[in-house]
Amino acid sequence: MTPAPPAGLLPAQAVIERALAACAGEPAIVLVEERDEVEVRFARNTVTTNGHRRDRRTTVLRFVERAGTAGRAGGIAAGQASGVGSDPADVDALVEAARAAAAGAPVAEDTSTLVGPEAWGGTVPGGFEDPPATATPTLLEPVLRGLPEQFRRVAAEGRELAGFAEHRAQTTYLGTSTGLRLRHEQPNANLQLVERGANGSSWVGRAITDWKVVDLAAIGAELERRMAWGARRVELAPGRYETILPPDAVADLAVMLAWALSGRGAEEGRTAFSAPGGGTRLGERVVGQPFSFASDPAHPTMACAPFVAAAASGEDESVFDNGLPLGPTEWLAGGTLHQLRYHRAGAAAAGVAPAPWIDNVTLRHPGGTGSTESLVAGAEHALLVTCFWYLRELDPATLLVTGLTRDGVYLVEGGEVVAAVNNFRFNESPIGILDRATAAGASQPALSREWGEWFNRTEMPALSVAGFNMSTPSDAR
Amino acid sequence: MRSTTTDPFDDVPLAPVRDAALEAARHLGCEHADVRVEAIRTQHVTVRDAKLETDADEAIRGLGIRVVRDGWMGFAGTIELTADGAAGAVALAVELARASATAGAQRVSLASEPSHGVSSWTAPYEIDPTGVPNHEKAALLESWSGSLLAHPSVEHVVASVEAVRETKHYADLAGTVTTQRRVRIHPVVEVFGRDRSGEGDSVRSLAPPVGRGWEYLLGEGFDHTGDQAELGDLLAEKLSAPAVEPGRYDLVVDPSNLWLTIHESVGHALELDRALGFEAAYAGTSFATPDGLGRLRYGSPAMTVTGDRTVPHGLATVAYDDEGVTAQSFPLVTEGVLTGFQVDRATAALAGLDRSNGCAYACSPLNIPIQRMANVSLAPAAGEGPTTSDLLDALGDGLFVVGDRSWSIDMERHNFQFSAQRFVRIRHGRPAGQVRFAAYQGSTTDFWASLEAVGGHSTFVLGGALNCGKGQPGQSAPVSHGCPAALFRRVNVLSSRSEAGR
Repeated sequence: MTPAPPAGLLPAQAVIERALAACAGEPAIVLVEERDEVEVRFARNTVTTNGHRRDRRTTVLRFVERAGTAGRAGGIAAGQASGVGSDPADVDALVEAARAAAAGAPVAEDTSTLVGPEAWGGTVPGGFEDPPATATPTLLEPVLRGLPEQFRRVAAEGRELAGFAEHRAQTTYLGTSTGLRLRHEQPNANLQLVERGANGSSWVGRAITDWKVVDLAAIGAELERRMAWGARRVELAPGRYETILPPDAVADLAVMLAWALSGRGAEEGRTAFSAPGGGTRLGERVVGQPFSFASDPAHPTMACAPFVAAAASGEDESVFDNGLPLGPTEWLAGGTLHQLRYHRAGAAAAGVAPAPWIDNVTLRHPGGTGSTESLVAGAEHALLVTCFWYLRELDPATLLVTGLTRDGVYLVEGGEVVAAVNNFRFNESPIGILDRATAAGASQPALSREWGEWFNRTEMPALSVAGFNMSTPSDAR
Repeated sequence: MRSTTTDPFDDVPLAPVRDAALEAARHLGCEHADVRVEAIRTQHVTVRDAKLETDADEAIRGLGIRVVRDGWMGFAGTIELTADGAAGAVALAVELARASATAGAQRVSLASEPSHGVSSWTAPYEIDPTGVPNHEKAALLESWSGSLLAHPSVEHVVASVEAVRETKHYADLAGTVTTQRRVRIHPVVEVFGRDRSGEGDSVRSLAPPVGRGWEYLLGEGFDHTGDQAELGDLLAEKLSAPAVEPGRYDLVVDPSNLWLTIHESVGHALELDRALGFEAAYAGTSFATPDGLGRLRYGSPAMTVTGDRTVPHGLATVAYDDEGVTAQSFPLVTEGVLTGFQVDRATAALAGLDRSNGCAYACSPLNIPIQRMANVSLAPAAGEGPTTSDLLDALGDGLFVVGDRSWSIDMERHNFQFSAQRFVRIRHGRPAGQVRFAAYQGSTTDFWASLEAVGGHSTFVLGGALNCGKGQPGQSAPVSHGCPAALFRRVNVLSSRSEAGR
């Protein structure tokens, strides 16, 4: 009698070894991204929807030599296939699909040698054999336990509470025919609350590193404090205002700055970092203030993947770079454009150092001290904007962004918040904001409300910005 | 003619997995359970300057189970398509329903829907777009790009195509069992150049995403050759165009731009879950609320808008939604007055409606269905109606707005701002060259009140998007919007250069 197959999914490590073995020594890369996620949503002073998700994406990449033909140079062609990879037959089907894709594909423009253990200088990170991280409903208990009290508090004021708590555990396994075996565990956890009532609305969001220390009562108190500011409401006309942006609001804009750092985009005249007529603005002072803008996979509180894991190639990421070690990268240094994003092949063509995407970013002003509160205390007449919404690029050549204020615009007079203000549509550039910053706080953990779902590892200073362009009024309350 | 490619579920015994999920839910005392087993294949190919850049082909397969037990709802999704995997997901869904109850959840009720028995439906298409190998897609994009690169003003070309095939198997405890297959595709071509000062700009093709197969890229339903043939000259004209002078302008808005304005200022505003506050922490609420039904003046009498999930090739078109509700067509705005909302079974019950109008959708088997947008479309003028040229004559002096670009709207759907692929200056009803850096901005009801006339059927185009976002965790939904060209008076137009202080 043959023993019953083990229950559940084929483990990620077995998926990788099976797929690489099936490639029989030919160049190949296998990426398994395991996801275990749990979330609870609430609105109208009640818990609404929830969910748990067990997901996996297995990607098989195969590479074949292609002889040159008349009119076409030879080189390497890449074939890609992604699927679940749940069992041996499923894995075998992906290996075959990737073979067929490579057989038909043209020569890859982003060809580089595949990365092997030597790229790590003999110190390849361990842990490959560890199981994937999980996200069970019990993780969210500290929030679920505290919510009824918050619903009662808010309802007693005739207000409504809405929000979201999510924990996404992602574990990436990477194996290559060159002998690399890598694993990275990436938790993504966020908590957001919005309180609404006659005094307007307020938002508080946090990127969570440990649910056990989440203090819902303290967040409730912060919401309560902001709602109290709304007891007085002032209508202001559009115009340019001195505006204080807390770290979360700065993150909304800084993430768009990070996305605009494509080297090829700059070379081809598609971004604000293109030099007029050709080339890039590398080495140019792009903001007057000496800000640094930098990423580091080994950041002590927002660590992210220390290697490239690319399921498909793109403008500045390459499947050939899978497993490439990532290190500290400074994009802006002292207000000067120091580094643009390139995969290895793109960097070689441009004659610069490769700098792939890194999943965290820190904006820092060398003289930055204090917090949003200290900027407020130092302001004579300013707006305080706690978060933005619906940010979209309006003009790539200037990185002009449009968007709206949402759930918390306040008037600061004589160093104190004195009233809530109507919402505005703004048209502003993240570059212009850094250029016109009149004061900066110390960098601290920040959650972009607009982009945090995709990019929640950011550290930002609070900023005071001169002449922030509040373009038109919004009737949204 | 139907594609002959194999069905992604041919090798998966669906019935045992589905039955195991429903049986587990029944065994655990759930009064309602619906299960979806889905296979979605998504391909993305990008060709930059006629050379392959991105070649991605992903097939997902999984199961999602939603339960209601003692009135509390729970959801779980898994990629483990076995009886054990299904039972494990049901147990998690029940655990989450319990956890929600202890966290203060109110009980949910779902508007009733009769059992539709066992049925299957396939959307109309000829060639499964995911059955065409990506290298063939790349070859077509390369050939398009090569022609465009020959234009003297075109320095770079980015061409891409996204192709999706979705197979959705649904069953619930009431006895509805449906299997639905549909496809969608979107080709995009964008050309880049530099103006005299060396600064870059671009123009993009107008081909909308549609619920069609590969035949769409071969010319069925859209003239890609004609659309692309103009791009080089349009780019050259744009690069030498003057900046717009900000101010109030009369506008004729082409369907290639207007679909997105309808999407943001009407489609989302008339989602009942938003109006009731369910999206307050994320997508937002709405200025339009149910007490305005039959009373709220949304726009001028020229404005009639319907929600619809039945139009052929529509991206939100199905036979049954993700709660087993029959696809329908219903009024939203009638001659300028608010007459309806899009609902799912939970919001229908809350609003006291007898039945959902079929607007539940989940973007993957691993996500809970939520209320999503139908194909929300603006009706053209009755009879022959005006042509675009007639509308430009009526415009006199103003701007003709073509192709969508940047978009943004506030959390209650009042203040919007849209830019375009091109703004063409119109003088005495005739084109007088492009202006650059323009965007139009307005407040929803003021803007629609300024609608003077809509074009006839000759101007009507079914546009849309593959990537409408809503919900937490975020879900992406495809949706179509049909509309004629339309004439608006005295709309605020700004210049992104003035806005930037330049």
